[in-house]
Amino acid sequence: MTNKPPSSGGFFPRNFKIHPPAYAPDYKSSIARSPKLALVSIGNGISEITGPVFGHEDLGPTDNDLILNYSAKDKSPIGERIIVYGRLMDERGKGIEGALIEIWQANSAGRYRHTKDKYIGPLDPNFGGCGRTITGEDGNYEFRTIKPGPYPWPNGINDWRPSHIHFSLFGPGFSQRLITQMYFEGDPLIKICPIVNTIPDKEAIDLLIARLDMANTIPMDTLAYEFNLVLRGRRSTLFENRPEGN
Amino acid sequence: MTLSPKIYQELPSQTAGPYVHIGCTPQTAGLETIYGGSHLGSKMINEKTLGTRISINGKIFDGTGTPIKDGIIELWQADAQGLFNSPAENRGEPDRNFQGWGRQPTDILTGEFHFDTIKPGRIPYLSTSKLQAPFISIWVAARGINLGLHTRMYFPEEVEANSEDPVLNRLEHQNRINTLLAKPITDGMYQFDIVLQGENETVFFDI
Ligand SMILES: [Fe+2]
Repeated sequence: MTNKPPSSGGFFPRNFKIHPPAYAPDYKSSIARSPKLALVSIGNGISEITGPVFGHEDLGPTDNDLILNYSAKDKSPIGERIIVYGRLMDERGKGIEGALIEIWQANSAGRYRHTKDKYIGPLDPNFGGCGRTITGEDGNYEFRTIKPGPYPWPNGINDWRPSHIHFSLFGPGFSQRLITQMYFEGDPLIKICPIVNTIPDKEAIDLLIARLDMANTIPMDTLAYEFNLVLRGRRSTLFENRPEGN
Repeated sequence: MTLSPKIYQELPSQTAGPYVHIGCTPQTAGLETIYGGSHLGSKMINEKTLGTRISINGKIFDGTGTPIKDGIIELWQADAQGLFNSPAENRGEPDRNFQGWGRQPTDILTGEFHFDTIKPGRIPYLSTSKLQAPFISIWVAARGINLGLHTRMYFPEEVEANSEDPVLNRLEHQNRINTLLAKPITDGMYQFDIVLQGENETVFFDI
């Protein structure tokens, strides 16, 4: 083995206390889709600390602007105009540059543009509902969109999703891969949502709630919400890549 | 080097929900024209990619044996030489005609997924020099899955390498190894089904 320090250590083990368990029966879809047997812990090798790289050339100029990326010329989607912005970092607070973030959401009436969504809330001809971006220096990102509406869903007889935006996140390592959802500060539907409540740690739910940020609103135009994203961090010890007896 | 502590917490996961296709494979959801008409990860290889061509077909089954039609599946794999196209790869120069990552929907009518890729080379186990049998890392997300699931696909023809593989050998239930082995269909064509729950439940990993 060489004495060169490793360029990257393994990731901190996942804290399963803040993630929803696979089986969360109040969210009925999880009942038949949850593995019953234990995950097998295998740790991080080269296939886990590496991950795909995406370039700015993979993306179009309006991909992060959901007000523009599906609308007809000189038309806008209906709804509250918002900016969602923040920083993607790891658990040590280090910004993650060059990472792909993808989002999807309902329109302002709570309707998704999906062949399977039959909700009575109308489609908006000027709203697609997906966006993507690559984080800048220090992990900064921003999207412009309209605030999604709440919608009813088949679970209990009268369950409603709070307004939310789905986030798909990549870090430099494939073991950091994460999909989650962003909620909006002050929404009374958050605390009665069966999907939100799959998260066993109530304080961890707060990490998914974006804060209204008046400082970054555009006066007479667009409100701003700050939502910071944290992916698993990695160890930095010099010793782990120097096993004995190999 | 200074050791720095963990000061923030990874965000909690939330299910991808029933409409993950809108965000990850929008053409599947009916957004035909967005993002230039195709999704990221839809094409893994080109004419110049080195290595043996393979294709993988499969379905993801829930605990009742019903295929999942609203999911996505992602592959991450080494190139034909066993190198990853990633900045953390410091063992050599990977094939720049192979990103190593692919993403496909499970079909909204049949639940089937399909990938065209290459057979990966072998890579070392953790920080040892011992080689693993060739495998492809797989990640699955869908409605009802609260935290994305990691598994691996191994190759049935690699009998000797599989029998010496350090990950396969550490499985407590050796009768579950078959859940990680693809089935050969014809030359270069494999079937790999994933079972979320019940009899023949696929081995999922905490990585
Ligand atoms: Fe949703």
